Amino acid sequence: MENLSALLYLAAAVLFILSLKGLSSPVTALRGNLYGVLGMVIAVATTFMLMDKPVLLLIIAAIAAGGAIGAWKAKTVEMTGMPELVAAMHSLVGLSAVLIAVAAIFHTGVEHTPVQKVELFIGAFIGAITFTASVVAYGKLSGKFGAKAVNFSGQHLLNLVLALSMVGFGAAYFVSDSHAAFLMMLAIALVLGVTLIIPIGGADMPVVVSMLNSYSGWAAAGIGFTLNNPVLIIAGACVGSSGAILSYIMCKAMNRSIVSVLLGGFGAEAASGGSTASGPKNYKSGSADDAAFLMSNADSVIIVPGYGLAVSRAQHALQEFAQLLTEQGVTVRYAIHPVAGRMPGHMNVLLAEAEVPYEQVLEMEEINSDFSNTDVVLVIGANDVVNPAAQKDKQSPIYGMPILEAHKARTVIVVKRSMNAGYAGLDNELFYMDKTMMVFGDAKEVIEDLVKAVSH
Amino acid sequence: MVDPFITSFTIFVLAVFVGYHVVWNVTPALHTPLMAVTNAISGIIIVGAMLQVVDINGESITLTSVLGAIGIFLASINIFGGFLVTQRMLDMFKKKKR
Repeated sequence: MENLSALLYLAAAVLFILSLKGLSSPVTALRGNLYGVLGMVIAVATTFMLMDKPVLLLIIAAIAAGGAIGAWKAKTVEMTGMPELVAAMHSLVGLSAVLIAVAAIFHTGVEHTPVQKVELFIGAFIGAITFTASVVAYGKLSGKFGAKAVNFSGQHLLNLVLALSMVGFGAAYFVSDSHAAFLMMLAIALVLGVTLIIPIGGADMPVVVSMLNSYSGWAAAGIGFTLNNPVLIIAGACVGSSGAILSYIMCKAMNRSIVSVLLGGFGAEAASGGSTASGPKNYKSGSADDAAFLMSNADSVIIVPGYGLAVSRAQHALQEFAQLLTEQGVTVRYAIHPVAGRMPGHMNVLLAEAEVPYEQVLEMEEINSDFSNTDVVLVIGANDVVNPAAQKDKQSPIYGMPILEAHKARTVIVVKRSMNAGYAGLDNELFYMDKTMMVFGDAKEVIEDLVKAVSH
Repeated sequence: MVDPFITSFTIFVLAVFVGYHVVWNVTPALHTPLMAVTNAISGIIIVGAMLQVVDINGESITLTSVLGAIGIFLASINIFGGFLVTQRMLDMFKKKKR
């Protein structure tokens, strides 16, 4: 029985790995997802088989209730709301790791070995930090609370003190077996989750979301150690490294180190940076009709979408517009910067929802060399990812960040609410170039006007 | 006799390497589905929660079993929500393949 269940757990773990492998291409991804489902079914069934005197009613009721809520959320969530949903789900993994650790501590009649105690401690505190940090991240992403980065002096010192006292209580639990010490440790970890995330600002959210994704995996692996359960360890480790890789990719795309993101306060530091050139600058602004005229007479157009597109939910209108241009013989493509939006791959999902053909959507490396022989670039709700200062201005805080080279195109059209600076608080030279035309307004309204202008 | 911790640790380290290599091959366009599916997979923590929901000395409702049941509830949201929303997103990517 024990051997059989170990083999079944192995099968489940292999299926999880195959489900991640499937995501290497959209063609195999759907099958991959089914592998994941199958792995989960096997793991749960095997656990039932292993359990001595399970309280079946309670387990099944809990699965049914959670499953119903999850299925409902999955069906109703809007694609623009994906970052929030993902953050919320990270918090659930964290909280459930905490509950399991507490349940195990209060599991009467079970003695924990010293190694298990350390494992419980690690699983519980990572879970607790993941939980509250993800709740704050959810608030920031959904705009419901904590959207502003909170910075105060002594912040890092406070975090250090909290972390040390958390470890202190953990040690006290280790020595004395005191439940109170364990719960204190957890309480501090919960606070630490909040204080770690509040200084981080909006545009750094792709890194934070990826990092919490990683934490939720480590928390699961930590619980797996306590229970000596290989499938938990393997699945947790895969999720943990997946999140870590995404964090790394996001950091690289912003040319920032993970440490500087975590310490926060980017916006403030950037504003005091040198690149605010003196003197009044002139920009040209035009109407949607002007922009539509330019684009319908072009041979090639590249669209650069940013967070602004997601905020105004303009993806469907944009697709309609691109479709009309294509019908008039214009070559239309989309250029996606890795950190566009609020989570990795955010723009790709929005465009997929609007049924933009996959071949038209290109990553930064694939398309950057094409900007110089493109007639018109249409920038929608993006700013820092097309700021030429990242290549030219050594003083600029974003110097060295890879950008989409929109400034190399013959004409640039920028759809933006106003001339306000982007997240980094930087002025963007692109907006003042002779070949640039600004179209002010909400992304969706402007694009709907473009559609009208092109279709008659 | 090898301590079970060492065995677990071996599995853990190898799994980190496997995860690392598999995830580097994920196409950037699918990074959001990747996060959603890893959300579902981290719902595997349900196994740990289930193991807490047992009869202890003939009592089925204890602090341990109730906490475990809440854990199952939360993990189930992730499992169902994660896999289904991934499915929904991947369908969108597929539709355009016509």
